[in-house]
Amino acid sequence: MTRRRTGYYVLMYAIGAVLLAAVFGPILWLVISSLSTQAELLSVPTHFVPDHPTLARYQEIFTGAQSSVGGALRAAMVNSLVVATATVVISGVAAVFGAYAFARVRFRGKTPVLLLFLGTYMMPPLALVIPLYLIMANLGLLDTRTGLVLVNCTFTTPFLLWLLSNYFAALPVELEDAAQIDGLSRLGALFRIVLPIARPGLVTAAIMAFLASWDEFFYALIFTDSPAAKTVPVALSEFVGKYASLDFGLMAAGGVVALVPPVVFAVILQRQIMSGLAAGAVK
Amino acid sequence: MSLQRREFLGLGVAAGTAAFLAACGVPGGSSGSGATGPLRALFMKQAGYSESDINAMIGAFKAAYPKVPVEATFVAYEALHDKIVTSAAAGKFDVVLIDGQWLTEFATKKMIIDVTSRFKPDWKTTMLPVEEIVRYQDRDYAMPWVVGGKLFYYNKKLLADNGVAETDMKTWDGVLGAARTLKKKGAVKFPFVWSWAQAECVIVDYGSLLAAFGGRWQDDQGKFVFNTGGGVTALEWMKSTIDEGLTDPSSLKYIEDDVKRVLLQGQAAMVLNWDYVASAAKDPQQSKVVGDIVVTTSPIGPSGAGPACTGSSNLAITTGCERVDDAWNFVTFLASPAQQEAHPDNITPIWADSYSKASVLGDNPELAKAHGEQLKSVTDRPKVNNYNAISQVIQQQIQAALYGQQSPQAALDTAVEKANELATA
Amino acid sequence: MTGLVRQPTSAGTRAAPVPAGRPLRRAREGRYALALLTPALVVVFGIILYPLGRTLVLSFLDADSVVEAAYGFVGVRNYADLVTDPAFWQTVGRTAVFTVFSTGIELVVGVLLAQFLNQRIPGQWLFRTAVIVVWAVPTIVNANMWRWILNPNYGALNGLLLRLGLIDHYQDWIGGPGRALYVVAVVDAWKTIPLVAILLLAGMQTIPADIYEAAAIDGAGALRRFRHMTLPLLKPVIAVVIVLRTIEAFKVFDIIYIMTRGGPASGTTTIAFYAYLQAFSNQRFGLGSAIAFLTALFILALSLVYLRALRQTGSGR
Repeated sequence: MTRRRTGYYVLMYAIGAVLLAAVFGPILWLVISSLSTQAELLSVPTHFVPDHPTLARYQEIFTGAQSSVGGALRAAMVNSLVVATATVVISGVAAVFGAYAFARVRFRGKTPVLLLFLGTYMMPPLALVIPLYLIMANLGLLDTRTGLVLVNCTFTTPFLLWLLSNYFAALPVELEDAAQIDGLSRLGALFRIVLPIARPGLVTAAIMAFLASWDEFFYALIFTDSPAAKTVPVALSEFVGKYASLDFGLMAAGGVVALVPPVVFAVILQRQIMSGLAAGAVK
Repeated sequence: MSLQRREFLGLGVAAGTAAFLAACGVPGGSSGSGATGPLRALFMKQAGYSESDINAMIGAFKAAYPKVPVEATFVAYEALHDKIVTSAAAGKFDVVLIDGQWLTEFATKKMIIDVTSRFKPDWKTTMLPVEEIVRYQDRDYAMPWVVGGKLFYYNKKLLADNGVAETDMKTWDGVLGAARTLKKKGAVKFPFVWSWAQAECVIVDYGSLLAAFGGRWQDDQGKFVFNTGGGVTALEWMKSTIDEGLTDPSSLKYIEDDVKRVLLQGQAAMVLNWDYVASAAKDPQQSKVVGDIVVTTSPIGPSGAGPACTGSSNLAITTGCERVDDAWNFVTFLASPAQQEAHPDNITPIWADSYSKASVLGDNPELAKAHGEQLKSVTDRPKVNNYNAISQVIQQQIQAALYGQQSPQAALDTAVEKANELATA
Repeated sequence: MTGLVRQPTSAGTRAAPVPAGRPLRRAREGRYALALLTPALVVVFGIILYPLGRTLVLSFLDADSVVEAAYGFVGVRNYADLVTDPAFWQTVGRTAVFTVFSTGIELVVGVLLAQFLNQRIPGQWLFRTAVIVVWAVPTIVNANMWRWILNPNYGALNGLLLRLGLIDHYQDWIGGPGRALYVVAVVDAWKTIPLVAILLLAGMQTIPADIYEAAAIDGAGALRRFRHMTLPLLKPVIAVVIVLRTIEAFKVFDIIYIMTRGGPASGTTTIAFYAYLQAFSNQRFGLGSAIAFLTALFILALSLVYLRALRQTGSGR
């Protein structure tokens, strides 16, 4: 262990302080804004500590009527949750089977198919949105959660497949081989042996897909109109207060409410996330 | 074996889904809630009638027609046009609020229905002369609802405190002089604030000034000519107010709502804005300058006229609507004299007789007067195919000039060229 | 053998590659693989490739309405209109500027941040948590938050700088058409740097500590170790990150929609936003499809580069 001079620690913690300020500063300001009255928000110079903090905006968000801004955001949170969960489940199942095929089954054309999946992951939503929109219209899936789940699967499935195939391939085959000798079928081995071992990787994959779906804006903007299916990002983009198109306080409160679930989620599971992302880069 | 069964199942699902999706080729099918279920209407927030006004009107409609429930959705104006487009394929809404400028586009693309036959003949006399706004090629496509031109607002206290006569507000020259005086005396940092963001609002402001300075959008053959005469002078005038420090540079990012806020915070002295600012100015919740704001007609320019660029929100019925009679009932109810007179705070009615009623003049006699006067001198934005794309080009070029990227003449030349291309595309 | 999919880690490998296993059990099972892959393939073909194909078809049609059933065939006119329109090339230029600038910042700050996160100091967990928090903030919240902070009349940045005496009056930080693009890129980078940092950190962690110690003993200072050892060893990971972030930057839409709506003077109208305007604001679906297809082709080319970079990471050095 090399001995470090005090200067080193000073530098490191100085950088750390800057990092924390850069990270938490803006978010803290968002919280403060959500608690400030409109008059204070419009004051120059800025009131960094509100003289008259108010919970009125949070009240409006959590207890506002169905048709109010608060009601719309609440409905959107439910929609986002449902859509993200369903997306993870559906694309997860598809991806698990497919990833297993890539990792364990030898078949012709593996490389082109992998390229195909990777290529589709890279596709900008832009390239798909117009026909998807026309298809959804035909199927009557516009402004439905089902429709949104389907379009979210377009980017989560290839991503999960690629992530999981790397992960499965890295698992030792001996266990599966042993299981097969004992009489388990291939699929049995998948379910009884591989998946339990692969749980950390599956968790990571699920988190990443969930967060990606939660964050998705473009498709939701085009495909949803009403509280029946609108997700949080779209609801946030439409935050228009009673008197002004930019009630900054209300927008801030909405933002705080919207960022709590993903941030809490990510912080709790940060170890898995970091290892999952690492697996993506380094393999 | 279980394996083979799964295999078949998988392939079967794949084949079925692929076939199903392949069968969906062309658009046009819709599965809206149709003849049963609520009537679905799309409105905008933040301008025109307020959300609570509209909800009150809907409540009254429900009382009068209990068999026709109504479901209303509100979106920001900036998102309204695209929302109408994206919801059209699915037939999501029965009634939509449309900006008068979109009428041509939606009519030619068959997104809204022709309602000429439903217009009552006596409306020609009882309604103000606003039918023109909802006409395209001699057919009517919507019910007029909120029609007006941008009015001129000034803070009389700021003027009085600095020795500026209110009579100066009658002409743009006078207004310019007043601004210089206010600036010199340090009364307010930027006497002018405008809605010159890269959005439709800058076209409205430019349109008013274009007409006031004697310019035209199009010549008699329909070709765009706003890069000549008054059109150029207007843009140069706009730029000069920025250069002289009379116009808040943030105006280049503001929409009308921001302008309202700045005026009502007492940070500007003279603005152009829609009629709903008048009552907001008297509301202590929104305004720091209650009692100081005067609303009047648009100042007169070198052309001898002070036309206001019209803006309107009208109620149209979509082609996907399967209960047109109910929808038309709803639309005419909302636009009826009774309903409009019940909510006169922000919006002035489209009916001539309403203006003699005390309830309408009530709180805001100056507004009604100004509005009525202004309707005698209005200018319209071009009514052409592809208006949206053309407007985008003009917006960009006007901004390019105001940001100093190009000279006003060059910017307008480019705009005219592109606009003529797009109009004939 | 697991072939393409499994690559050993970059220099300083830990795990040895897995042996190929018993060939008997690994016999070619094409049909079996097909069955397993079917759900994923349904998704890919049904809702990715098929629409992509239709985008191509639409780009050859005069599709200008959502409610009409039959569109006229116009061949390559949409592409011709596009390629001859200076506005299109301006948009491409802006997208390129945004991409290069954004990716550049992300890499530079990301590398430095990764280096910092790699240090073993007490309380490191706090810093890593902070980075994760930023990464998890939804894009829309990020955009709204910065729009408020940068507000020219009431924004916190103005307030802070004024109080610190660094400015004497409030400014419009987003600025005019030239500057706005860079500002939006910086705001975007705020949220995406954590991802880059974490990827680079993972790369750094595979570098064994002893080679640094050896270099330190030989007299190399911290800076030299960083420049001549860390960076070169990270090159494969950096290559992957560059291509990945480039592809993402090309797709950017959300933040522009919220912060500037493409303005001022179209200064922040990048290709995705431009296509959105053409397709949904102007109802020129044929033109929008042409733009979309060109973008897709370009990204496909970039993905091939990405795959090559990925293979180089794998094949070791």
